[in-house]
This record gives sequence, C-alpha cells and structure tokens, in this order.
Amino acid sequence: MTATYEPISTTTLANSTTSQVIFNSFPSTYTDLVIVFKGGASAGTTEFQAQFNSDTGSNYSRTRLTGDGSTAASSRDSGVTFMRFTGVGYLPNSDLNNVTIINIFNYSNATTYKTVLSRLNTPTQETNLMCNLWRSTAAITSIRLFVSANNFYTGSTFTLYGIKAE
Amino acid sequence: MSRGARTRPSTLVGAWVGNGLVTNLGDFESIATTTVGAGGQATITFSSIPSTFKHLQIRAIGRTDRASTLDGFRIQFNNITTTAQYRSHFLGGNGSTTFSGDELNTAGVVNQRFSGATSTASMFGASVIDILDYTDTNKNKTVRCLGGTDQNGSGELYLTSGVWMNTAAIDEIDIVPNIGTNFVQYSQFALYGIKG
Repeated sequence: MTATYEPISTTTLANSTTSQVIFNSFPSTYTDLVIVFKGGASAGTTEFQAQFNSDTGSNYSRTRLTGDGSTAASSRDSGVTFMRFTGVGYLPNSDLNNVTIINIFNYSNATTYKTVLSRLNTPTQETNLMCNLWRSTAAITSIRLFVSANNFYTGSTFTLYGIKAE
Repeated sequence: MSRGARTRPSTLVGAWVGNGLVTNLGDFESIATTTVGAGGQATITFSSIPSTFKHLQIRAIGRTDRASTLDGFRIQFNNITTTAQYRSHFLGGNGSTTFSGDELNTAGVVNQRFSGATSTASMFGASVIDILDYTDTNKNKTVRCLGGTDQNGSGELYLTSGVWMNTAAIDEIDIVPNIGTNFVQYSQFALYGIKG
C-alpha cells in the first residue's frame, strides 16, 4: 500500500480581481479528485459555480439540501449550463470563513456521467450539501471554478487533490 | 484567469477527506478496489482488512438493477447480518422537500442514494462513507455517509449516520444493494485506510 492522496495544485489569490480559477493539465491517473475552496466573494450577491472541459451547454443539473439556521430545504435545477455549490446569493463577500469540499468521482472514465458531491459551510449563512451531475461520459481534463458576479475575495484559496485507488 | 501553481498553502496542514481532515497526506492509503464487471455483482466484499489504520473510508459510484430510478446500499460487518445489531438515521432532500427518518431491523447500515435500473443510462450515484475507529474493541462502530444521485429532473441527496452495535474489530466489509439484487457494470467501490 502506498500513499494515495496527493496535492496537485494550489492557487491563493493575491487580490480581488479574479473571477475564475482553472485547473487543467492535471494527470488522469487518479480515481477521484477533491477540491478544497476556502474563501468568499469580493462584493455583492454571488454564487460559487463550475464547469468541466469548457462545456457551456445545458448539460448540468443539481439537487441541493440546505439548512440556514431556521429552515431545512431542498431544491433542484435541471438542464442548466454550470454546476453550483452554493444556494442563490449564498457566497458571502469580504469573508474568508467559507469552506467548500468538492468530490469529483471517477473523473477520467469514459463510460459514466460524472457525479459531484459537495459540502459547503458558510458559518454566517448556511450549511449546504449539493449533488451535481455533468451529463457527459468524457474524461474530465479541465475544471473552471468561477463566481456568478464580481470576483473572488483576496486570500481565497483553491487546492486540487488526487486520490488513487489500487 | 488564474491557473494553479504547484505549491501548498501555508495554512493547510492536511487534506480534507470527505467530511473530515487527514493530518498528513501520507496517512491516507488505498487498501482495495472493486469495479463491477458485465453481468453485475450481488456483494462487494473487502476481507482481511489490515488493523493498522485508525479509520476507513469507502468512496463509491453505484447503480443497481432495482426496477426504479433510485436504490441504496447496506454495509455489513464481519459477515454478520443480525438486524438487531444495525440502525441508521438519515436527513435527505429530493429537490423539493426534506425528510428524515431511521432504518430499523435492517441487515446492515443503510446508506443512500445510488441510481436504479430505470434511470437514464450512464447515471450513477456517488457516496463517501467513513467508518470510524473500526478496530476499537471498546466501542460500537459508527458510520457516516454523504451520498446522492442527481438525474436531471429527479434524484435525492442524503446525509446518513449508522451504528453497528458490536464492539468487535472490523476485518470484513460486505456491501449489498438495499433493494435491488446486483450492482451493475461500472459501479466501483474503493476502500481506503486513514492512519491515526
């Protein structure tokens, strides 16, 4: 048995002028990918979103389970053009106390659609579970993480890990 | 656009694994993996599990032959199927409502959700399952799971906790469909060990 959980790439934003972070050229030799995001938005009301392989078609869908301190709720979006890890407007701005862990399963196989499970923790607003689906059997070779409006906040950190299975 | 550099943040001392934190990347090891072939497979068995780890994690994608869009799966330990020894609780959402409940008198810890036979081809559910203190003979064994399947207009998402009311060290794990008979081709179960 060998160590199988490895960091691939990390980006820490030095300012609040970046609206997207792209991971590409990562190896296809892992079984799963995990992205850890700790950060927030620069301003306004925005969401934390993603696309694979530059696909901007209506090939994504998602189911959400969330609690905001008073109400538990579930919602769904189908036939949409991106994945989302927050509720609408739920990425706090000027705030780095938000952690999102994104599990991307079997990203390099060419036989199944890709399921993504994530857990978002925004201590000031909500805790959020999300199941995103990308309806493509293509191997994932790039991941675009972006905000729906404005930019990511200074100091936001994005780390991509690979997990191998023997 | 900012592309990732091959550096690690100074504030990150470990790696997030499912819902938890591993303190050293070298402490997370692959033990065994099963990928279901053509014809399906009724039981996924991990046996002779080393006792040298603190916790176990299973990462899976799955689909069963149940005649439905949804199924789940049960985890049994040490080949024991005595229903009185297992209990699970869940919090779930189906895109419009939330629900919570428990699973009594089931042969194994019940986890949700995988896709079933009538969901669109190529749609698989996914789960991350943590099995805590699996060798501690002073404790019953606790399992937690984040799992779900989205099917572009349907699907469910679950948080599950379960207990095996037995203090024996776990050396075998069997995974079976909750309602269906077989896991179908391309379902995959990967077992990892996490050192303490």
